[in-house]
Amino acid sequence: MGCAGFGVAEKEIAMLKRVHFNKTWLPFMLVAPQIAITLIFFIWPATQAVYQSFLIEDAFGLSTEFVWFENFQYLFTDEIYLNSFGRTIFFSAAVAFISMSSALVLAGFADRVIRGATTYRTLLIWPYAIAPVLAGALWVFMFNPTLGILPYFLDFFGYDWNHYLNGGQAMLLVILAAAWKQIAYNFLFYLAAMQSIPRSIIEAGAIDGARPIRRFWTLVFPLISPTTFFLLVINAVYAFFETFGIVHAVTQGGPANATTILVYKVYNDGFVGLDLGGSAAQSVILMIMVIFMTIIQFRFLERKVQY
Amino acid sequence: MALKKLFLASTALALGMSTAYAQTEIQWWHAMGGTNGERVDKIAADFNATQDDYKVVPVYKGNYTETMTAAIAAFRAKEHPHLVQVFEVGTATMMAAKGAIYPVEQLMNDAGESFDKSDYLPAVISYYQTPEGELLSMPFNSSTPVMWYNADALEAAGVEPPETWADVEAAAKALVDNGMSCGLSFGWQSWVMIENFSAWHNLPVGTKENGFAGFDTEFTFNNEHVVSRLAKIAEMGESKAFVYGGRRGDSLPLFTNGECGMWMNSSAYYGSIKEQAKFNFGQTMLPLDTEVADAPQNSIIGGATLWALAGHEDEEYKGLAQFLTYLSSADVQAWWHQETGYVPITNAAAELSESQGFYEENPGTDIAIKQLSLNEPTPNSRGIRFGNFVQVRDVINEELEALWAGDKTAQEAMDTAVKRGNELLRRFERSVK
Repeated sequence: MGCAGFGVAEKEIAMLKRVHFNKTWLPFMLVAPQIAITLIFFIWPATQAVYQSFLIEDAFGLSTEFVWFENFQYLFTDEIYLNSFGRTIFFSAAVAFISMSSALVLAGFADRVIRGATTYRTLLIWPYAIAPVLAGALWVFMFNPTLGILPYFLDFFGYDWNHYLNGGQAMLLVILAAAWKQIAYNFLFYLAAMQSIPRSIIEAGAIDGARPIRRFWTLVFPLISPTTFFLLVINAVYAFFETFGIVHAVTQGGPANATTILVYKVYNDGFVGLDLGGSAAQSVILMIMVIFMTIIQFRFLERKVQY
Repeated sequence: MALKKLFLASTALALGMSTAYAQTEIQWWHAMGGTNGERVDKIAADFNATQDDYKVVPVYKGNYTETMTAAIAAFRAKEHPHLVQVFEVGTATMMAAKGAIYPVEQLMNDAGESFDKSDYLPAVISYYQTPEGELLSMPFNSSTPVMWYNADALEAAGVEPPETWADVEAAAKALVDNGMSCGLSFGWQSWVMIENFSAWHNLPVGTKENGFAGFDTEFTFNNEHVVSRLAKIAEMGESKAFVYGGRRGDSLPLFTNGECGMWMNSSAYYGSIKEQAKFNFGQTMLPLDTEVADAPQNSIIGGATLWALAGHEDEEYKGLAQFLTYLSSADVQAWWHQETGYVPITNAAAELSESQGFYEENPGTDIAIKQLSLNEPTPNSRGIRFGNFVQVRDVINEELEALWAGDKTAQEAMDTAVKRGNELLRRFERSVK
C-alpha cells in the first residue's frame, strides 16, 4: 500500500483493470446472487402481501374480489385490533429490555470468569437453539396453574397464579418466555463485544482506582454501544415478528385478548382463520411499522452511538 | 404470505415423490397423531390388503387447522389429496368451496357403490347434510360433550350424579363445602356451553336454521336463557363452585388431579381420564336447565369428517368410494369406536358393539350415543354451520373469559360476542359470494 512508486503502481492497476475487468456486467454478476435472494425471499412475498391485502377472497381462491382499502378500513374500525397496537409496543419494549439487560449482566459476569468459561458460555447460548413453540411449551408446563411447579411455590406465599384468567399474568408469562429465548442471542453479541475491548483500557481504569461497577458504566458500556444499538434493532424486529409461536403455545392470545399482539393476530387470522385478505392487510401494516421504527432508530438513536 | 408460498412448494414436492406405483393411489390427509394415527394407518393397511387395485396412502398433516390449511394450499397449487379430514367448524368453509369439493353422497352414487343414509346415526350425519339432505362429507371421528364426575368425591359429599343444572349447583356447593377446591369446570366452552347448551334445550344459536339455510345468518345466542345460565355459572365462580381452567382441554388436569368434582367436556376424553384419574369416575348426560325446557332434545357432535376433493380421475374416485364403504362397515366402525372413544357412525356398529358386550364392560361409554340419538334432531339441534367459525369460537372464548374474570356481565359478554361474531359472518358471506 503505502510503498514507494505508488503512482506507478496505481497506473498499472488502473491499466490492469481496463484489461481484465472492462466488462461492465461483472459487478452486477457479483451482486446478482444477493439481489436474487432479496427479490425472491423478500421483495416478491412482500409484493404478494400488498396485493393480497387489497382482496377479499375465500380460502380456496375460487372467488376473488378486489376491494382497494376495505380490509384496512375494517381493521381500523375494529377496537380490538386498535387496542393490540399499544399492547404490542408494551410487549416489544418489555421483551427487548428484559432480554438485553439480562444478557448484558450475564455477559458482564461471563467476561470475568476464568475457570470453565466455555461451559458457562455454551450453557448460556443453548436456549437459542430451541424453537419458539418449544420454548413456549416449556414455560406453559412450568406455569400451568394446576400442574406447574411455580404456581405451586407461589401458593405458599398466598399468591394465586392463574394465567388462564388473569390477563396481566398471561402477559408477564409470554414476555418472560419471549425474552428468555432471546437472551442467548444477545449474550453472544455482548460477550464478543466485551472481549474485543482492549484490556489496557480496563486496566488503566483499574489503576485510576475505578471499581468494577464504575469501570462497567464508564468504560465498557459506552464502548459496546454499537452492539447495544444493533441488538435493539434486532430485538425489536424479533419481538414484532417472530414471537407468534410463543404466544400460540402459551396463551393463544387469551385470556380475553390480553396477549393478542399484532403478529399473533396476523398468524391467527391467516393460517387458522383463513382470512387471507385481512391477514395480509395486517402484515402490511406491521411491515410499515417496523420500517418506520427502524428509520427512527437509525436517525435518532444512532447519533448517540460511539463507534 | 411468504410462508404460504413455501408451504405450497413443499407440499407439491412431497406429493410428487410418492406417485410412482402401479396401483392407483389414493392420498388421504389426516390430523390424527399418536396412537390414533397408528389406528388410521391400520385402517388403510387393512383396506389395501383386501384388494389389489387401489392403495390408500394416509399422510399425517399436523393438527386439524394445519391439515385443513395444508389441503387448501395444495388445492391452490393443484396438488391436493383425494381425501382430507376436516374438523366440524371447517364445514361451512368447505361447503362454500363448490368447485373444490366432491360431495360424498354424489361420489358414492357416481362410483356405483351402494350407500344407504338411513344406516347412519341421524345426529351424526345431519351436521354434514345440505338443507335438501345430501350428505357432503363422511363422518369419521365424532364425539359429544358429556358430564364427567368424580364418583368418590360425590359420594363423600353425599350427592348423586347431577341431572339438572339445579343439581349441578347443589352438588358443586356440596363438593366445595366438603373441602374440594373446585366443584365444576369445563373445556371447549363455546362448543359445550353455547352450541350444545342451545341444542340440548332446543334453542337456536343463530338464524337461518343455525346457518344451514344460508350464509346470511346472524347469531342469537345472547338470548335470556344462555345469558341467565352463564350468569349463574359466573356466580358459582365466586365461591369456587366453578373454576375456569382454560380453553379446549386445558382444564383436564383439574378433573383428573381430583381438584374439580365435575367436568363437562368431550366423551372422547374417556381414554385420557381412564389413564390419569386415580379415583372412580363416571359419565352422565349433560344437565338439563328446567327453567328452559322440560326435557332434553339431543346434543350435537364435534370432531371431524372426511371430505373428497374435486379434480382427480374417475378411476381414483372409484377406489375412494370403495374405501369409504370399507371405512363405514360395521366391523371397522365398531373397532374404531371401542378403541378411540369416538361414537360409531352407523347403527350397525353401535349394535355390534352392544352385542360384543362393550358397553357392559365399560359402563358409561354409551352415554354419548344415547345423548345424540335421544330425539330426532330439530333445526336447532342438528348442528351449526357458520362461516369463519374458528374465529367466532375465539371471540366467544375471549368474551367468556372476560365474564369469568368479572370484567363483564353475562349480558355484556354475549352481546359483544354476537356483535363481533356477526361481523365475521358478514366477512365470510362476502368472501364466498
